[in-house]
Amino acid sequence: MKEYNINHLRELEAESIFVIREVAAQFENPVMLFSGGKDSIIMFHLARKAFAPAKVPFAMMHIDTGHNFPETIEFRDMLMEKTGTRIIIRYVQDSIDQGKVTEETGFNASRNKLQTVTLLDGIEDLKVDCAMGGGRRDEEKARAKERFFSHRDEFGQWDPKNQRPELWNLFNGKKHMGEHFRVFPISNWTEMDVWQYIYLENIEIPNLYFSHEREVFQRNGTLLAKSDCIPMRPGEKTEKRIVRFRTIGDATCTGAVESKAHSLEEIIEEVAATRTTERGTRADDKRSEAAMEDRKKEGYF
Amino acid sequence: MSEKTAGYLDMELLRFTTAGSVDDGKSTLIGRLLYDSKAIFEDQMEAIEISSKKRGDEEVDLALLTDGLRAEREQGITIDVAYRYFATPKRKFIIADTPGHIQYTRNMVTGASTANAALILVDARNGVIEQTLRHSYIANLLQIPHLIVCINKMDLVDYSQETYDKIKADYQKNIVDKLNIKDVCFIPISAKLGDNVVDASTKMDWYSGTPLLDLLENIKIVDDRNHGDSRLPVQYVIRPQSDEFHDYRGYAGRVASGVFHPGDKVRVLPSGIETTIEAIDSFTGEQEVAFTPQSVTLRLSDNIDISRGDMIVDANNVPNVGQEFEAMLCWMNERAMMPRGKYTIKHTTNETRCMIRDVKFKVNVDTLDEVADDKLVGLNDIACVSFKAAKPLFFDSYKKNRLTGSFILIDEGTNETVAAGMIL
Repeated sequence: MKEYNINHLRELEAESIFVIREVAAQFENPVMLFSGGKDSIIMFHLARKAFAPAKVPFAMMHIDTGHNFPETIEFRDMLMEKTGTRIIIRYVQDSIDQGKVTEETGFNASRNKLQTVTLLDGIEDLKVDCAMGGGRRDEEKARAKERFFSHRDEFGQWDPKNQRPELWNLFNGKKHMGEHFRVFPISNWTEMDVWQYIYLENIEIPNLYFSHEREVFQRNGTLLAKSDCIPMRPGEKTEKRIVRFRTIGDATCTGAVESKAHSLEEIIEEVAATRTTERGTRADDKRSEAAMEDRKKEGYF
Repeated sequence: MSEKTAGYLDMELLRFTTAGSVDDGKSTLIGRLLYDSKAIFEDQMEAIEISSKKRGDEEVDLALLTDGLRAEREQGITIDVAYRYFATPKRKFIIADTPGHIQYTRNMVTGASTANAALILVDARNGVIEQTLRHSYIANLLQIPHLIVCINKMDLVDYSQETYDKIKADYQKNIVDKLNIKDVCFIPISAKLGDNVVDASTKMDWYSGTPLLDLLENIKIVDDRNHGDSRLPVQYVIRPQSDEFHDYRGYAGRVASGVFHPGDKVRVLPSGIETTIEAIDSFTGEQEVAFTPQSVTLRLSDNIDISRGDMIVDANNVPNVGQEFEAMLCWMNERAMMPRGKYTIKHTTNETRCMIRDVKFKVNVDTLDEVADDKLVGLNDIACVSFKAAKPLFFDSYKKNRLTGSFILIDEGTNETVAAGMIL
């Protein structure tokens, strides 16, 4: 019977492909959120696998905070062009210009929270009925309680105490007009699984994930990259360090880690030995113990 | 590739669920497994140390690791199923941590539906209680293949072998024999102090078995899957609108059970037409075999009208095809079941309407008695119910096949998932 056994990565892959196909079958106008980070890259890879040899039957959607690492945007454009995939880009700057949100001020200002408004507006304007995201349950405590198929009311809100039970592989995507779903196909993957899978499948990722020299500065124990969009406090000084990023998000709140990992194998071994979570490098989660739960309830990714 | 990297790529996945009543120490046990297997990171530990101090606790409360929602931390209870992950060099584990409160039984059923194994927690001071029976009954009803009874808080009964033996005998007599459970084992542990969780206890020399983690790493799970009855519920039809693949029609789905090879004779339900598998496609080319739980795309030799909800099966081994069936039902919604009510039924990738015909009996989960004259099925009730569907379904008994034998009911007004069913 041994020959009918598959390893954990192939089992996770099969589960995610099932979920992505389920979205294509159950919804009329789904999109897949794409940030250019590794989680959305593998989710996109899984979507291509799910429908081969046909093209992915839905569009990608990027909520652009304007505070990006240029490498991420270059990578996004290259990947979409190479695979002939349609991507919808919505800008947080537009929401600010329209007066829908007010930009945070101060040294720790971030557009991370503002993204929620841009995302919900995009969902409403384009009549999107399901947005797939690359959220993983191992990332954060509130995410650990998330369903694969997560129902959102007409305000885009998540009600964690009133979630639909989710059994076997039977996913209930039924909703009323104006409501939508968030679906998380890689819910059961861990950071380690993602890296192993990138290695196993030889998936291309932005070079920010590999060790490189960069001008950085320390703030609240996080190494932030020097960037035009982060004002420096008096006394903060940049210096050149050898770093890489474990996650790639908004440049204002994504911390770098000192690392000499140049290859996927070295990254896998580094991840195996590391003693902090990857979101430990995210300043947005450090705001309070329930920071993620609060943002998710409002309709965050 | 180094040997270390190669090792990470070849692990098996084991899903398990935990059940116990309030204060049996489930969250602590999970915290312990994560902590001792080094799956807890420094920043997570730091965060719960701060929270424990804030609440005035003397020791770090490992339960805080899994209680993710604000209300849970405030009330010190677990509200919803939380999924947790850890890995050892042998296996990757997914834990469905389910709350013990009676009102949240639906969450236990949810966690149990995909589990390979269940940990049932018993407080050594209280022994087998009503909830132990309830949890064991649900684990068995959902056909979790392996049960592990963890007799916890051994430190509070002086690590007494007599207490352990008594609880074990009690569980054997009142639960195993009654429910006809096939695979069960017992471990005396202290989740709080770590005895027999990851490392063998030094205080219970009388226990000759292995610690819990060792057991979880070595339970044989591949044979639990049904490799005999080939079934592929069609999930999506792939039709590339391109010149290169002009006439391509692929039937995508996850193999629910059994094995498929190119050349195999198959039957398509509901049409009953027989054909052969031409190829099994994947992203990187054709593959020689497809088996559960793989997600694949089948191409067939003949051009047949097939759509989502149809099922491709072994030509010589077909499931039941019919509109009438009986099932064990767990009711999961505050609104009670409507007698002779109509609901949407989701079964494999198929969906139709169904009508409740009759409640044959309800199960008193505290005594396991079958109550025949009570027809009111409400939240957390388990009942044997007969159904009639609006069109034929293709099903096996749940005992034989967890994926073609299970279904959910959806309320047509609220769209909520109101019940989980297991076909008899």
